[in-house]
Amino acid sequence: MAKQLFNWLDEHLGLTDLYKAILDRPEPKGNWWNTLGSASLFLFVMQAVTGIFLTVYYTPSPDHAYDSIQYIMTGVPYGWLIRGIHHWGATLMVLVVFIHMIRVFVTASYKYPRELTWMVGVGLLILTLGMGFTGYLLPWDQKAYWATTVGTSIAGTVPWVGPIIEKALRGGPELSALTLSRFFAAHIWMIPALLVGAIGVHLYLIIKHGESQFPDKQD
Amino acid sequence: MAGSDHLSRRDFITWITAAVGSLITVVIGLPALDYLIAPALTATSTDAWIPLGKLDSFEVGKPILSTFTRSKVNGWEKTVYSYGVFVLRKSQTEVVAFSNVCTHLGCRVNWQADKKEYVCPCHDGHFNINGQVVSGPPPRPLDTYATKVSGGVLSIHFLES
Repeated sequence: MAKQLFNWLDEHLGLTDLYKAILDRPEPKGNWWNTLGSASLFLFVMQAVTGIFLTVYYTPSPDHAYDSIQYIMTGVPYGWLIRGIHHWGATLMVLVVFIHMIRVFVTASYKYPRELTWMVGVGLLILTLGMGFTGYLLPWDQKAYWATTVGTSIAGTVPWVGPIIEKALRGGPELSALTLSRFFAAHIWMIPALLVGAIGVHLYLIIKHGESQFPDKQD
Repeated sequence: MAGSDHLSRRDFITWITAAVGSLITVVIGLPALDYLIAPALTATSTDAWIPLGKLDSFEVGKPILSTFTRSKVNGWEKTVYSYGVFVLRKSQTEVVAFSNVCTHLGCRVNWQADKKEYVCPCHDGHFNINGQVVSGPPPRPLDTYATKVSGGVLSIHFLES
C-alpha cells in the first residue's frame, strides 16, 4: 500500500529524479570546509523558524517592543531559549556565511562556470548583513537605538542622495516608531523574501554546475 | 542477507537515524508547542474580597451603585477594568449585591427609581428590584456576588475566570 502510494507520487512528481539530481549527485573529494554552504542554509532555516516563533509575542512598537521581549524572556515557557537561539544564530550565520565566502575564494571555486553563483552569493552575504542590521534595532533598547542612529547616519554620508537615503531608512529625520516598524517589515518580510529567492538561484546553480574540484599543484 | 535475522549495517543506520531524528523532534517540538500555547495553559482566575464601604452607609430598601476597578496583566500589558455592583440592603442585616452587567449581552443596567426596575439601555431588558427578569430578552436574573460583613464593612466576593 505504502509502496503503491509512493510509486504513484513518484510517477507524478518525479521524486526519484529529484533525489538523484539534488542529493545523489556526484561530488568531488572534499573536506569539512565544503559543508559551510549547507551550514549557512541550515542556519537560515533555523533563524526563519525561531524568528516566526518570536513574532507570536513580539510587538514592533516603541511602547511595547522592549516590554514584549522582556515578557518573551521571563514570561513565556522556553522564550529565553528561542530568543537565545535567534540571537546567537544571527551572529553565527554572519560568521559561517563569511567563512564560506573565504573558502570559495581560497579554492578558486568562483571561476568559470560558477561566476554567477559567486555573484548571487555576494548578494546573499549583503542580505545576511541586512538581516543583522535590521534585527539589531528590534529590541528597542539603548544599544539598538544608538547603533541604528549611527548606522543610518553612515548611510547619510553618501554624496548627493545621502540625506534622502537616511530619511528613507529612518522613515523621517530621526528615529521613531516609523523606523521601528519599517525595520521590522524589512526584517521579517522584504529581506527574507529576497533571501529565499536568491538562495533558490544559488542552489539551482550549484546543482546545475556541480561542486568544484579542489585545485591541485598543476592548477 | 535477505531472510536472515541478521540486521544489516544499512538497516541499522536507518533505524538509528530514525530513532535519533524522532528524539530530536520531540525534544525540540514539545518546548516549541509549549511556547505557542502557553497563554492557554496559564491560570488566570482570580478571587478576592472587595470592600465596598461601611454597611451603614447603604440606605435600606434602595439599590445603590458601587464601583470598583481591577487591573489585569495580559502578557506585558496591564489593563484596568471597572465594575459596578448594585448593593441592595433589604434590612438592617440582610444585603444582596447584584452585578450591573445585563445577562443578555453584557451592557450595563441602570436603576430607575420611578419604575423600581433595573433597565438595560441596549435591548430594553427589565429586571425587578430583586434582579428577576420582568421583560425583554435577558435569559436569567442578574448575577449576584457573595457578600460578607466584617467590622461593619461590606465586602463582595469577586471571582474572575
